[in-house]
Formats: sequence, structure tokens, C-alpha cells
Amino acid sequence: MADRVLAIMEQRDGALRKVSYEVIAAARLLGDVDALVLCEGAVEGTGDLRAVGAARVLSAAHPDFRLYNPDGFAATIGELASGYSAVVFAGTATGRDLAPRVAARLKVSCATDVIELGRDGAAVTATRPVYAGKVLQKIRLTGTPAVASIRPNTFPADKPAEPGPPGEVESVTVPAFATRVTVKEIKAAATATLDVTEAPIVVSGGRGLKEPANFKLLEDLAAALGTAAVGASRAVVDAGWRDHGAQVGQTGKTVSPGLYFAIGISGAIQHLAGMRTAKVIVAINRDKDAPIFKVADYGIVGDLFEILPRLTDEIKRVRAGQ
Amino acid sequence: MKIAVCLKRVPDTTAKITIGPDRKSITDTGLKFVPNPYDEFALEAALALKEKSGGGETVVYSVGTDASAETLRTALAMGIDRAVLLQAPGGADGLAIAQALAAELGAGAFDLLLFGKMAVDDHNHAVGPMTAELLAIPCITSVAKMTIENGAVEAEREIEGGIEVVTCSLPAVITCEKGLNNPRLPSLKGIMAAKKKPLETKPAALGAPTLEIVSLELPPERQPGRIVGEGADAVPALVQLLRTEAKVL
Ligand SMILES: Cc1cc2nc3c(=O)[nH]c(=O)nc-3n(C[C@H](O)[C@H](O)[C@H](O)COP(=O)(O)OP(=O)(O)OC[C@H]3O[C@@H](n4cnc5c(N)ncnc54)[C@H](O)[C@@H]3O)c2cc1C
Repeated sequence: MADRVLAIMEQRDGALRKVSYEVIAAARLLGDVDALVLCEGAVEGTGDLRAVGAARVLSAAHPDFRLYNPDGFAATIGELASGYSAVVFAGTATGRDLAPRVAARLKVSCATDVIELGRDGAAVTATRPVYAGKVLQKIRLTGTPAVASIRPNTFPADKPAEPGPPGEVESVTVPAFATRVTVKEIKAAATATLDVTEAPIVVSGGRGLKEPANFKLLEDLAAALGTAAVGASRAVVDAGWRDHGAQVGQTGKTVSPGLYFAIGISGAIQHLAGMRTAKVIVAINRDKDAPIFKVADYGIVGDLFEILPRLTDEIKRVRAGQ
Repeated sequence: MKIAVCLKRVPDTTAKITIGPDRKSITDTGLKFVPNPYDEFALEAALALKEKSGGGETVVYSVGTDASAETLRTALAMGIDRAVLLQAPGGADGLAIAQALAAELGAGAFDLLLFGKMAVDDHNHAVGPMTAELLAIPCITSVAKMTIENGAVEAEREIEGGIEVVTCSLPAVITCEKGLNNPRLPSLKGIMAAKKKPLETKPAALGAPTLEIVSLELPPERQPGRIVGEGADAVPALVQLLRTEAKVL
């Protein structure tokens, strides 16, 4: 029993979110994984969960679980968790809300926004960025079960190309719970549907874009790249050019995409706090001394208005040739 | 309405952080400390709600060392009525702190408990919702917009690709996100008044720890990058490098 791990899946509208596969990848570092889906009815792709390594798939279905139900989810997981040595959540808006609720019920602390997971004997160890990413904190979770939420895009995993065998889904009982908080609805955000925290590529723009309409240049680049989201510096969010949901940095989102473009962004320390864990960083800035070039893997010095159209064309060309 | 705000003293976000000789804590000397920026949204929300209702009380709590008294005075200078310092050594164990706060804030003493969505030192996002669970009251986290009417809260929180509209009734815990309001600066009059406002000090009833810090480390330096070239003519070389060297396209 010691090494059974409960991985909490995230779904929206009956479809699993990509981060769910990452939760399984992270949980597998700790033991044999049971994947738990909380839902109103059937969720597509449970066979996929076996294909990425879940030993069992559990389903907790309840008429009130169409949208996130903090009290019902926490009660269900809290009840189930005693049989596990660890419970792993996605570090998403939902997971960050849910993990501490579950941890408090179980009378354990929780590790938030984890980028490395392991064991030291029986105890779970986790590494997590603190002080706006300026320091990495390594902790030992000494309570049982260990509760952790993982930073999206950090534990490599993808929806499997071949779905796994559908197999059995075991139902788990939803205990009686008091609904203290009700999620009434999800309003779609005004802009992009792909969130910067989940996108494999992020194209961010700053004050160098000069005016809001010029973000079209970034949207074109993002479209040429395929699955990419458009991010922004705080300067342009504060100016009202972009939604706060797109802000990358200390008071915005922390992103870890495979590829990050910082375009017309100076690279203030608070911006770096949100993107320094990107795998590859590209900077375009006309100031060769801009601090962004200190963290960028590749840089072009020059006028973004000349460079961007050329870059978008070149990327279209090479992607078409692939 | 009686409103409690929970406040943490944290290093200024622009400060350079140095790891101490024990490799488990940071060096405090020479470091500038400020109220946690997200807690300032909570303070502002408390003050605005009291002003709107024309009555009630606002109380600010901090779990921390005696140095946190200074941070509490800043909250008093903004206009909060009184402060309570729950003395405890610094620590990263969110549950232990939530237990201390729940013991202090429990039993219906407040209609509303406001927190920042996270502290910018430990990034735990945990103490608010944990306190709510321990008190068995509703909690909405990372709130960027909120209305309170007739004892009911309607709040908006940003999720990936959308906004969740969430409701609950009072008493409740709300954790505050940027965008909720623009925190006021303490006025000179406020600073003078704060000196005379009550600041009570007592030991925190911390829970038993379930988390240990093993070590703090500086993140690996990024490998020095390179300037591929200048202007639009450098584009083909950049794309080539992204494909063949970085293998990200
Ligand atoms: C408490 C606190 C929290 C903060 N949180 C955040 C945060 O979460 N995220 C964040 O981003 N910032 C944050 N900031 C703000 C941060 O300090 C910077 O002010 C901000 O990041 C600057 O945005 P910028 O790079 O777009 O603008 P600027 O610093 O003005 O940089 C614009 C850049 O564009 C370049 N440029 C101009 N024209 C062109 C052109 N034609 N072609 C190419 N390049 C051009 C310039 O050389 C310059 O480098 C925070 C600050 C504080 C105090």
C-alpha cells in the first residue's frame, strides 16, 4: 500500500485536459497510479490514462460535478486519500484551489507548484520555485498522504497517439457533502482560448509593440507556429492593451513552455520571474543591452516591426515544407 | 460587518535574495521587507467595504516574528482599526499557520476573512483555503472581482481560458488577486493615527509541522545565449537554429 498514488485528473466539458497526463507522469515518479476523474457523467479518453501509465481509472460521478465543485471534490478526494501515500494535483486554477482544501482535511501541509518530485525513504520530496523563482526550495512532506500540485508543462507527457485499451472504470462513491461554494458558470475570456500556462509555445509582447492593434503581428506569428498562445508584459496589461489573463510574470502567470518569444519586452526581473523556466527563450529587441538578452538563448537585435513579418513568413515556409 | 485581514511580511519583490549559511533560510540582513502585495488587495477590500457600509470593524492579523509589527503598522496606517500579531518563528508550513489563524479567528467572530491569493515569498496559495476548511466555512480563491450584498458573495476568478463566476454566503474566506482594486497608500495622517491604534501581541498556536525544508538552492543559471544577428536578415538563421539546434520547431 505504501506506494499507491492518487492522481487527480482535470476535465472540462467531459474531455480530459492535457495537464492530466502530466499529473500521471509526475505521480508515477512516486508509485503505482490510480487516476481519479470527478465528473457529471462519462469522460472521454479514460483508456488514454492507461496508455500513459495509470494502473486503475476511478470515476466519481455526481450530478453537481458538471463544473468544479470545491466542497464535493474535496470531500470525495479527502475520503479516498487515506488509502494512498500521496495525492497529486495539477497546479492549475482548479488544482491550486482544491489541493490545500484536501490537505487541510487530511491535516497535512501541501507542496504547491512543484517542478520535481521524488522520495527520500518513505517521505515524498518536492522542489518548488520560491521568491519569484529566485530560489528553489526543496522540501520533505512528513505527513501522510503527501499532497502536491505540479506546475503545468514541467513533467513531460502528452495525450497518447494511440488510445489505450478502454478497460474498466471503477466507480467510487461520492460521500455526502455540504455545498458551501457554487460555481455558477464559466464565462469565456475575451481573448485567446489557449492559456499561456498550457501552451507549448508562448509569443509575448511588451511596450515595444507601441499600440494594441500591433498585437496582430504576434497573433499572426502564433498562428504560424501552430499551437501557441499570445502573452504580454505587465506594462501592456496595465495600459489595457491585453487581458490580465495573458500577463506573464510575478503578478501574472508563470509559464514553462518549450519555446518562449519575448518581443519588445525589456526583461524586468518581475517579467523574468514568470518565464525563466521556459526551455528555449527567443528575444527580439532593438536595444542590444536590454536585460532580456541575458536570459535569452537566441536573440535578434532590431526593429520588431521589420523582423516579425519576416519571421512569420519564414516559419510558415518551413512548416509547410515539413 | 466585521472583517479580518491576514497579512504576511515578505521581502520586497525587487530585492536580491541571498541564501543563509544553513542553506535552509535566506539572509535577512539588509533586506527590505514589505506587506505581501496580494494582501494589500485584501486590506483595500476590507477598508472599502467598511466605508461603504458605514460601520463595522476591520482587524489585521499576522503570524510572524516581532518584526511583523512594523508591517501591521502599515496596515493600520492605511486605515485598519486594530492589529494582532501572532508570534511565531518564520516557517513555510502552510497548515501550521492556518491552524494558528483558525484557532484565533474561529467561532463566527468575523463575517469576512480576507487573504492575498498567495505570499510572494513561499508561493503556497494555501493558507486562506486551509483556514476556511478548518473553520468549515466557504472559501473562494484568487478573486479579481467581487460584490457582497445581503450576506451573499458573488465573485469572479480567472481560470485557464475563462472566468469562473462563484457564489457563497457569509461568513466566508476570500483570497484576493490583482485587479480586485487599487490599494491606497497610507496618508501622513494615517501614519500618525496608526501609532495610537491597538496592536496586541500573543503567541501563535501553531499546528505540528508536516513539512520540512531540506535545502534552498539558487536555480541553475541559464546557459549564456547568443545574438543571432541584427534586423530582419537574421531571421533565417534564427529559424534554422530553432529547428536544428534547439529542435523546438
Ligand atoms: C511588484 C511588481 C510586480 C510586477 N509584475 C510584473 C509582471 O507580472 N509581469 C511583467 O511583465 N512586469 C511586471 N512588473 C513590471 C516590470 O517591472 C516592468 O515594468 C515591465 O515588465 C515592463 O514591460 P515591457 O518590457 O513591456 O516595457 P519596457 O520596459 O518599456 O520595455 C519595452 C522594450 O521594448 C523595446 N522596444 C521598443 N520599441 C521596439 C521596437 N520597435 N523593436 C524592438 N524592440 C523595441 C525596448 O528596447 C524595451 O526593451 C512588475 C513590477 C512590480 C514593481
